[in-house]
Amino acid sequence: MMPQGSLSRIYAVWLRHFYILSRSAPRLLEIMYWPSVQMVLWGFVSRFFAARGGADMATLDVALGTLLGAVMLWDILFRTQVGLSIAYLEEIWARNMGHLFVSPLRPGEWMCAIMLVSLCRALVGAIPAALLAVPFYGFSVFDMGLPLLLFFFNLVFMGWWLGLLITAMLVKAGPGAESLAWMTTFALAPFCAVYYTPDVLPLWMQQVGQAFPALHVFEGLRALTMRGEFIPHYMWTAFGLNLVYMAIGAAVLGWAFNDARRHGTLLQAGE
Amino acid sequence: MSSASAPAVSAPAISVRALVKEYKSVRAVDGITFDVMPGGVTALLGGNGAGKTTTIAMLLGALLPTSGSVHMLGHDMARDRFRALQRMNFSSPYVDLPKKLTVRENLRIYGRLYGVPALEKRIAQLAEELDLGEFIDRGLGKLSAGQQTRASLAKSLVNAPELLLLDEPTASLDPDTADRIRAYLQDYCKRTGMTILLASHNMKEVERLCDNVLMMKRGRIVDRGNPAELVARYGRKDMEEVFLDVARGTSAAAPAPHHPDPESPEGEAA
Repeated sequence: MMPQGSLSRIYAVWLRHFYILSRSAPRLLEIMYWPSVQMVLWGFVSRFFAARGGADMATLDVALGTLLGAVMLWDILFRTQVGLSIAYLEEIWARNMGHLFVSPLRPGEWMCAIMLVSLCRALVGAIPAALLAVPFYGFSVFDMGLPLLLFFFNLVFMGWWLGLLITAMLVKAGPGAESLAWMTTFALAPFCAVYYTPDVLPLWMQQVGQAFPALHVFEGLRALTMRGEFIPHYMWTAFGLNLVYMAIGAAVLGWAFNDARRHGTLLQAGE
Repeated sequence: MSSASAPAVSAPAISVRALVKEYKSVRAVDGITFDVMPGGVTALLGGNGAGKTTTIAMLLGALLPTSGSVHMLGHDMARDRFRALQRMNFSSPYVDLPKKLTVRENLRIYGRLYGVPALEKRIAQLAEELDLGEFIDRGLGKLSAGQQTRASLAKSLVNAPELLLLDEPTASLDPDTADRIRAYLQDYCKRTGMTILLASHNMKEVERLCDNVLMMKRGRIVDRGNPAELVARYGRKDMEEVFLDVARGTSAAAPAPHHPDPESPEGEAA
């Protein structure tokens, strides 16, 4: 069990980000804006294709459910990763690293805290988008029930370890590499077969994609929305991969911090 | 407040042995050894590039030494730095606190990071002592330099540290604000017995606050002693002139005839 001191320090870092977010309407709006716009846009796109293809209402519902579910869940992954990297960049922009990392805050506690922050940011973005889909398309992602939670947490996990790895790169390369925080997850999307089945990919991309938990989550999502079947195997595979990558992500970020302490870049970060 | 008068049996608040920091071909800190005894104010002086900031970063555990050891409040910073960091604090005008947060929010966050009990009471106490009341609920970025310095000082005292590292605490402040800060620090040390290691370019500040001085040049400690001794030994009228002598290497005076070595039985460097 985590000692009281650790919890207090994790809460302190979370509180720091809560203060920033809770008083900044533009930041909150930005977090909610993109998931909602994407959901509305992709909903109409799927309606358009289903209607032009002469699909009946049942097929249209399946197409909508599959595509909108994928859009929302992919956004969870993306927002979690970006939220985590931004939590680090916030400290760089505020030139606060020199105070934070000479306090008793352990790197592991800081990682836990920014994972929590990124989860909150992802939820703030995803919940309005999910609710908006109900009046727009009569689609409720919550109808998936328990499997939704499993899809959700697997993608959150993937967002976390990606965020840890990207943050490690930012620690190493400096804030000049900030665009990595925005680009990296998008680069993985084609491999993860978010909006299509993996068999449309070239063989080498399918093989690479198997290494990403998201591919298994989205296969699981399609099995549920298209065939009404929940296949636990997909979730276990995704979970196992996530565990391995989380350990690697935390170790790499820990190494990056130590390297920054060796080269003296920790106190200069942001300058 | 003089560390020289501290009992010989008490353990040093800071103990540094053969500390070296190399960056590729540059030796920023070159084998320095010193002790700072509890309860005094010690200045770390030197021109730009002398190695003061690098030394302070190593004392804080933010920078790993190439070799040598640092013990803060008895804790080895290589193995046990978080227990030491819990009992110390740091302030520098070159390291900011989050400017979008209010002073109170910053103090709440750092108070929790340091595990301060009865935090709101401690914040109220610091607000009163440092006269933060007028602006404690305003964003840090909207405050004047003097107010920001007081807020930063409050953060550095929030955990009632036993050891405080200050990097140019009155840089860019007007004489009145700077004087108030010095008076407060002097009074606070007297009341609490806190130890301060202070890097400063302001020699008046050093004369007023410090009972010991470590003079650095090109990564080495080239002289040490209390300000009055140094002024007398260099045959100068104040620390400003001593500083110039050391920085420019123009001194006719020899360095301390007996360099106290902390390793030796009588050694109590600073």
